Formats: sequence, C-alpha cells, structure tokens
Amino acid sequence: MDSSDLQAGDALGNEKEIRMKEYTNRELQAKAQQFRIDVIETLHQKGTGHWGGSASVADLLTYLYFKRMDIRPEEPDWTERDRLILSKGHASPMLYAVLESKGYLPKGTLSSFRDMNSSIQGHPCMNKTPGVEMSTGALGHGLSVGLGMSLISQLHDNSFYTYVIVGEGCLNEGQSWEAIMSAGKFAPEKLVLMVDYNKVQLDGTVEEIMPLEPFADKFRAFNWNVPEKMYDGHDMDNIEESFKWLDSQKKGPSVIIYDTVKGKGVSFMENKNIWHGSPVGVEHLEKALPELKEQLSKWEDE
Amino acid sequence: MEKGMRDSFGEALVALGAVNEKLVVLDADVSSSTRSGKFRDAYPERFFNVGVAEANMADIAAGMATCGYRPVISAFAIFIALKSTDQIRNVICYNNLPVIIAGGYAGLSDSFDGASHQSLTDVAIMRAFPNMTVLTLTDADDVQSVLEQALEHDGPVYMRMCRNPSPVIGKKEPLKIGKALCLKEGTDVTIGACGVTVSMALEAAEDLEKMGIKAEVLEMGSIKPMDREALVASVEKTGCFLSVEEHSVIGGMGSAAAEILVKNHPVPMDFVGVDDCFTESGPYLPLLEKYGIHKDIISRKAEELTARKSN
Repeated sequence: MDSSDLQAGDALGNEKEIRMKEYTNRELQAKAQQFRIDVIETLHQKGTGHWGGSASVADLLTYLYFKRMDIRPEEPDWTERDRLILSKGHASPMLYAVLESKGYLPKGTLSSFRDMNSSIQGHPCMNKTPGVEMSTGALGHGLSVGLGMSLISQLHDNSFYTYVIVGEGCLNEGQSWEAIMSAGKFAPEKLVLMVDYNKVQLDGTVEEIMPLEPFADKFRAFNWNVPEKMYDGHDMDNIEESFKWLDSQKKGPSVIIYDTVKGKGVSFMENKNIWHGSPVGVEHLEKALPELKEQLSKWEDE
Repeated sequence: MEKGMRDSFGEALVALGAVNEKLVVLDADVSSSTRSGKFRDAYPERFFNVGVAEANMADIAAGMATCGYRPVISAFAIFIALKSTDQIRNVICYNNLPVIIAGGYAGLSDSFDGASHQSLTDVAIMRAFPNMTVLTLTDADDVQSVLEQALEHDGPVYMRMCRNPSPVIGKKEPLKIGKALCLKEGTDVTIGACGVTVSMALEAAEDLEKMGIKAEVLEMGSIKPMDREALVASVEKTGCFLSVEEHSVIGGMGSAAAEILVKNHPVPMDFVGVDDCFTESGPYLPLLEKYGIHKDIISRKAEELTARKSN
C-alpha cells in the first residue's frame, strides 16, 4: 500500500485503512524498543520468563506485524491471513506484547503473563490466545507445521504467506532438518523461514553447544532460496531489504538468516547465555531500564 | 471370510476423497504397504509422501488441520506412535486438531519383521493424551465407517489396524466411537476384546459354552472413550471380567477397563495380552499363541475367573 492509498482511506474515515497506518522504519524501531521495555518490566514483575530470546526477536516481530503481514486482528480466523509461527516459543512475552499492541488482546493482558487462569501461557497456546497461530514451546515443531500450512496455501494459488521464526535451539532438533529437507521437495512458494541467529543458546554459545556453520550453505544444499548476505535483525531498513529480496524470489521455500544479539538493548545482558531465562531482579531492572529508555528516546526524536 | 483392514483402508480413502475435498493423506514411504497409495493414484494433489519422517509428517498434518483440512497420516503403528509421540502430544492433542492417525501393521501383525516392527505399546501411549480418541478396529468392515466417524469428529483420532487378512465376523454394526457392542450374551463372565482378538473371543465363548460357562462377549475397540455404562452393566451381570487384546497388558484396553471397574464395580479380573516382553519374528498366528493370544488361553483364563468369583 502506498501513502496515497492511506490518505484516501483517512479522508474517507475508513477504519481499516486507518488501522493499516504505514509506519516509518524509525517509528517501528521505537515500537520494538517500547516492547522491550514492556517485556522486561513484565519479566521482572513476574520473576519468570525468557529475556534473551525475546529481546533478539523484537524487531523482526514488530516489522512483520506492523508492516509486512496481511492480517485482520478484528477477524483473527480470516482464511487468507498470513501466518506467523514463533517456533522459539520461549520468546512468547515479546509476541504477546506485539499481539496486545495490534489489538488481538485486551490492553493490559501482558501483565497476566504466566499467571494461573491467564490467556497468555508461559509458551504460546493457540487455543487460549487470539492471534497465536500455533502452540509452541517444545522446540523444532514450527517449520513442519508451517510447511503444512504453506502446502494448503499452495493448493489455493498461494493465497497466504507462512512465516516461521526459529532460533538455534529449534535447529538443534532433528525434526527441523526433516522439515528443511521436505520443504525442499514440496517447494511451497510462500513458506519463509526466518532465523533469529543470535548465536547464544541456553547452556552456552552456538559454537560451544552445536555449531551451525556453514549455515547458509546447509540450506542451499537442501534446495532453498538463500540470500547472499545475512541481514541485521535489529535494523528496520535492513529487515525491509530482506523482504525485498524475498519478494524477488520466483519459487519457494525461502530462508532469511538475521544477525541478531541475544538480550539486545541491555549491554550487560547481551550475548550472555545466563540471560536466556534468568529472572530479572530489581537490581537488573534498575540498570536495564535507563539504557533501554535512552535508546527509545533516540528513536523517538526527530 | 477374511480381508485385510489395509485393503479396506485404501478403498475407503478413495471413496471418501471423492465426497470430501478437504481430505488429504500423508504417508511416510510406506503407502504401498498401508494402501494409502490408492488415494495418491486417485487424488495426487492431495497426497503427500514425506519420506521416512513420521515426526515431520504429524506436524505437517497439524498445520494443514489448522487451515480447515482433514489430514489422515498413515504409517506403521510402531513408528507413528513412537517417532511422532512429541508431535502427537504437543501439537495435535494439545491443540485438539482433527488429525486422523492411522497406525497400520499394529500388534504382532508385522510378524516376520520382528520385534522392531511389532507395536505393542501404541494404545498405552495414545490413550494417555488428553483429547485423543483411540480405536482398535475389529475387522475390515469397520474401516470405512470409522474413517467417516473420525472425519466428523472434532479432535484427533488414532485408528489401529492389522496388517494381515483377518476374519470379517459379520457384526450387525461397525465399531462406533464410545460404544461397546455386545456380540454374544452370557451370564458367567464378560470377555471384552478388540481387534483381531474379537473373533478369538467368540470362538472361546463357544468352547466355554460346551463346558457349561456362559460368556458374554463385548467388542471394546473404542478404547477411549470407553463405554462405561455397557461395561459396568455387563460386569454387574456376570461378576468378572477378562480383557483380550493384541497389545501389552500394560496400559492397553484391559488397563482402561480396569480403571473403570475398580472405581465403579470391582470384580475379579484378568488380562490376555503380551506380558511385558519383547517379541520376535515368525508366522502371525503361531506368534500370537506363543505370546499368549489364543482362543484356548482366553477360555482357560475365563474359566479360572469364574472359579475365583465363586470362592
């Protein structure tokens, strides 16, 4: 949609057009940063949840939901919607922050994260949380499920995209490679695997736990479309560029590897496996918030 | 008359594929064995051979089910129950997705391939998962009806089938979800059987009749949900219960019946099934007998139960 469409929509008071407001990439950077702040405050308040992988996937989720995906939050079961599967389900709080902001969840839902009787579980649950396309948590399922969705899309003239976000943990699982191999065979045009490649797992670095390099070549060997470069998963312009590459592909499946930082935005938490899932204490929050807010105000200025 | 359940399975998929355009079938490189290949020949665009990758197959089907399709996944029972356990539990059952899980070559029926291929714990695994319906088909005549019921069911269904041609016993109605069918009325002992053991139980009941013991035979292929009312009513009449199944005695149909009876109407019970051991290669029927599944073993245990009852 270009800006003239938006203005026409605004002029007509068309609610849908207003909802589909086109954000600048700078606005999206600020949005993602605000989600980081909301999430770290929630994790501190709850004393549970995964900061590292939530922080690394914030920008990708924000871009997808606010600029890329064709979705209708007021009609979450719309048949032709684009699908997103957060296969690295431990990053659920970031997904919930985004879903709440998009209107899938009532305002304030994030504050019930991991509570009993809450609609938002420790890991995503599709039957409890509107907007969650697939329950995840056990790693390695997402790409197979997404392949199934995209094969149905393929039966319907590729009517929707299926985006699957994985981390290294998912790719440790053998099932992911079954899915990668079979996606190479069935070649659904609109299946997109997005790797949040932060290079740190629960127990240590990827190099220490289970090295993935030569990473891109593995996908090439399985007959996937693979960009020549890795994109910066924290830079909206770069993320946008990755989708331009995606849109130039004539067949599927496609993988995009994003260079990301575990714990992004809080210097003492970045690239530290201890911050995969450690509770955020008051001393941590007091150090983290000023840093996150300083960056937010930089994005908001101008 | 004998017929292979798998032959009926292939035919039923083709018949139902004609009237249900949402039916899709996935197989793990055994479609010529399970006969799902007949569906591939009829509707190639709705058939997906995923290779020997049962875990991937189960989750692909789950993804399809979220889009309003009705997938049937087909493979050998042992591999579908063990290699895709996580997928069936964490994706299909947790989300209550209507995936039909067709386990072929179940029990000892892949007899010559040996213990690696013989599935004696699949029912125990499947029935432990919330939302799952577990059905052990009695004979080839059950297949199309069970598939039809499963396609109408709001949730996952596991259907367990035998590889070999097996007796078609001419029941007055096919297996129904949640129903136990009384095949022979009696007053002295209730024999609950499922799968190919139903015909053995009927033969045993005839032998028992000659010994003056009137056995009631229930078809109990709907293992989950189990027909509590029918089971309890029968046992209230007979006062003892014998389960018969081509499965480990740990966690199978007999265990499910025991869970009901111990709470509702405790009576002397015994189990016919494989007694917690690994099996071996061999011809099907002799192998069943070696591992404790035979009409004479059924009648002996039934007789012993009636004696325990009167003590």
